[in-house]
Amino acid sequence: MKQGRVLYESTLHHVTETDGKVKLKDGRLVEEHEVEWLPPVEAETIFTLGLNYADHAKELSFTSPLPEPLVFLKGKNTIIGHRGTTVRPEDVEFMHYECELAVVIGKSGKNVNREDALDYVKGYTIANDYAFRDYLENYFRPNLRVKNRDGCTPIGPWFVAKEDIEDPMNLQLRTFVNGEKTQEGSTKDMILGIPELIEYLSSFMTLNEGDMILTGTPKGSVDTKVGDEVMTEVEGVGRLTNTIVSE
Amino acid sequence: MTRAKFKLQGFSQLKEGTLDRDFQKVTIDEKQYNVNQLKFDNPITGTLYGTLLNYKGEYEQLKPEMNDKPYQNPPKAPILYIKPVNTFSAHSNPIPLPNGEEQVQIGAALGLVMGQTVTKVKAEEVYNYIKGYTVVNDVSLPITSYYRPAIKQKARDGFCPIGPWIVNQDEIHDPHNLSIKVSVNGEVKQENYTGNLIRSIPELVSEVTGFMTLYEGDVLLVGVPENQPLAKEGDQVSIEIEQVGRLNNRVIHEDDVFVSEVAVDEAR
Repeated sequence: MKQGRVLYESTLHHVTETDGKVKLKDGRLVEEHEVEWLPPVEAETIFTLGLNYADHAKELSFTSPLPEPLVFLKGKNTIIGHRGTTVRPEDVEFMHYECELAVVIGKSGKNVNREDALDYVKGYTIANDYAFRDYLENYFRPNLRVKNRDGCTPIGPWFVAKEDIEDPMNLQLRTFVNGEKTQEGSTKDMILGIPELIEYLSSFMTLNEGDMILTGTPKGSVDTKVGDEVMTEVEGVGRLTNTIVSE
Repeated sequence: MTRAKFKLQGFSQLKEGTLDRDFQKVTIDEKQYNVNQLKFDNPITGTLYGTLLNYKGEYEQLKPEMNDKPYQNPPKAPILYIKPVNTFSAHSNPIPLPNGEEQVQIGAALGLVMGQTVTKVKAEEVYNYIKGYTVVNDVSLPITSYYRPAIKQKARDGFCPIGPWIVNQDEIHDPHNLSIKVSVNGEVKQENYTGNLIRSIPELVSEVTGFMTLYEGDVLLVGVPENQPLAKEGDQVSIEIEQVGRLNNRVIHEDDVFVSEVAVDEAR
């Protein structure tokens, strides 16, 4: 079942998808564009993987295998919902999207084995984890000025329960900018898959219910301009739309 | 007497009260207590951000390497990191020493507790948004490189004791003139003071909120001074920041942290 959180008639509704429409808590069916979309989950700790697809790592000119997974954290200020807007600062020359499968943790765990890891998953959503490459510095890279800007990580529209995704390690990812396909890949090409990521993170810290792991992006990151509509899609999870705006 | 906010274990609300200058006595609801009588909980609720390389001495130590790989250039904007909630801990709680590790690095930091949500604030208005100050121990496994985010070193369970309390913002007349002292087993291992910041508190908060919102309850650490002391299993660690507080914690093997009542009582 696809679940979401929306505002409709000034009220917060926990909604589900029915026949391509949005079913409100009182049973009414409305169109997707009639509601205001909130992030489908309110995550506590948000993990992000850098360079977790071999082709994307190569695109960014990293050729050797990483000694450690590249993990960074995000604040809640970064998260916005479907059909939101993300600011492109005036002094930026290269701002790119990153289409990612986001994994929502369903129960607390430490020292989880990869064989058991999917028991700790509650479900999935889509994330578009924008990067502002002009601000990259080589200290705790990617530094927070690149990856922790307000509203730079749209998620949603839906949260999809684990049971509804047969194989999370075989989903197509696509990004369309103004309707034109610019990025395509598959979750099967992750360097560390979901079970390995859960095993790795929980080997040194407790993963909590509601935590979210953004699993990285494949190749095909191109610059986006003010006014561009960026649609990131994950097979079986949905399509997340975002528009780039100026300051 | 200094006005402060106290979060006591088992009580959901923050209590207003006062403390004396040497952090021995606390008054809450007109009743005075010895600090040792009270069980303090973590007083903060929001996201905790740390700042790297904001002490002059820390910066100078890395400076010879800043033009070499992997850094290639000196830092331009504030370099921040996040301590996630699994790290949050309280005064007198044990610091877990992970299996296979010999010691942890102690990170003595002044924490700015935000009182209002703030974005793009001017430097001259920063203090209006700060609710108070607290002591934070940004515990870490020793870090050899600042190139990649140090999640595995910094984000471990219990690696961020906070408190014991929050001193009200207007009680500290010059937050850039506070001594910082770290002791291990009663012996002073590190001394510094907040006058050594590269970016002052108003400059730091103004620059940081230029690209990210700080919400009410979030905490921003102003930085950690150079030559961080190390602590091993059994060591009693104390961080004292003048006018703000003294935060005590003992390093305990991670297998023992849930059952270390005796050790914790001694540490109090």
